[in-house]
Amino acid sequence: MMAEILELIWIVLKIVAIAVPLILAVAYMTYAERKVIGWIQVRRGPNRVGPLGLLQPFADVFKLVLKELLVPAQANKALFIIAPLMVIAPAFAAWAVVPFNAGVVLADINVGLLYILAMTSLGVYGIVLAGWASNSKYALLGAMRTGAQVVSYEIAMGFALVGVLMAARSLNLTEIVEAQAGPFWNWYWLPLLPLFIVYWISGVAETNRAPFDVAEGESEIVAGFHVEYSGTAFALFFLAEYANMILVSALASIMFLGGWYSPFHGVPVLGPIFDLVPGPLWLFAKMAFFLFCYIWFRGTFPRYRYDQIMRLGWKVLIPVTVVWLIVESLMIIFKIGPWF
Amino acid sequence: MQALRNFVNSFFLIELLRGLALTGRYLFSRKFTIEYPEERAPQSNRFRGLHALRRYPNGEERCIACKLCEAVCPALAITIDAAPRADGSRRTTRYEIDLFKCIYCGFCEESCPVDSIVLTRVHEYFMEKRGENIINKQELLKLGDMYEAQIAADRAMDAPYR
Repeated sequence: MMAEILELIWIVLKIVAIAVPLILAVAYMTYAERKVIGWIQVRRGPNRVGPLGLLQPFADVFKLVLKELLVPAQANKALFIIAPLMVIAPAFAAWAVVPFNAGVVLADINVGLLYILAMTSLGVYGIVLAGWASNSKYALLGAMRTGAQVVSYEIAMGFALVGVLMAARSLNLTEIVEAQAGPFWNWYWLPLLPLFIVYWISGVAETNRAPFDVAEGESEIVAGFHVEYSGTAFALFFLAEYANMILVSALASIMFLGGWYSPFHGVPVLGPIFDLVPGPLWLFAKMAFFLFCYIWFRGTFPRYRYDQIMRLGWKVLIPVTVVWLIVESLMIIFKIGPWF
Repeated sequence: MQALRNFVNSFFLIELLRGLALTGRYLFSRKFTIEYPEERAPQSNRFRGLHALRRYPNGEERCIACKLCEAVCPALAITIDAAPRADGSRRTTRYEIDLFKCIYCGFCEESCPVDSIVLTRVHEYFMEKRGENIINKQELLKLGDMYEAQIAADRAMDAPYR
């Protein structure tokens, strides 16, 4: 009995050790986003709260927490309250299988990839519910758009991941990383380049970020599914969106950029020097690159029109993945390259 | 051929990468932001801000109540009443400017034959109560006394062009 309680406490501690840095990362992601977009627009970004504006995220959090949580009179109250929780829960739960280093993972399950796919897909139910429960035309439109978009891009994303799974012959994320052990030309981004790009594009679409942010579409439908949300409930949607962004970045680094391996792992002279930096830092550096790309895209691209999004998802990305899966199987059968 | 080129450009994300390169360049460019309370944009000596009534160096007010400014004011922001003073000179008994009506065109300053009414460089002012938007003669003269050095310097700088 005692042993079980200790085990439980240990697991809770591990969850806290992942969740708290994740929330902090989300806070500073919002700060980085405002800064980088400011720089792209030749502004300086927030610099008033604390040195260099570093306390800005906390000011934002306090503002949101102190605000009133409004529930529209005609809304379905229970669903309205539950919806943000349904968005945030999968966004955090998916982190359970993300390996930060060899063996440093909360749940080292053999179907990690499947679990990730399941969790990232669950998030959309919260969004659809939020849009429906708000009883507002804008929220409903936003929710419908999200539903269609996420379902379409999930297919392309799934196909891209099938390529990884074929190459690594495993669904376990730790094993996927270990299959890429070696310098950067051993990682899967090279043999699976089209799948990598497709995965990244669908990842941006999955998280409803610019240029695929029709779910929010400020210019057409006010704020999409979260028009009616305020205060902490709105903060939860925000938290989930950014946690998902970080998750997609982590997955892209794990599945295509060799996770915690340094870019010269295993190379005679450079390898030992680069390995001095601990593995998780390499993973975080790769994630930071992807997160920067998220912000960069938002600062660069205008929002896609809705039908263009559908066209891109169904008529470009899915055919590309299918074609490359065939190429990849041929590469595997004929043992081309050092990867398979 | 053109269609093929378009297809290649968009399929291989060449157009998008070009866009990213552009924003990437701006990311490192010098920022235009002026951090206002600490830094200020340069101001012309012809800046048209809050009004003021000037005096001669001996302390006599310049205004002779000719009412040219009242006549020229396109927004009808100026109200003047005039009467002879004890020494027999023609002076204003009332000189009011409604700051809400004023469009800061500077016609009053241009029309003034004695350089009495001027627009100063002051642009950071506010009203706390209703009615404070109408400033009277005393306040205008006080503003003139307060900023006389700046006003005189600006007029001297602009003199060759008048």
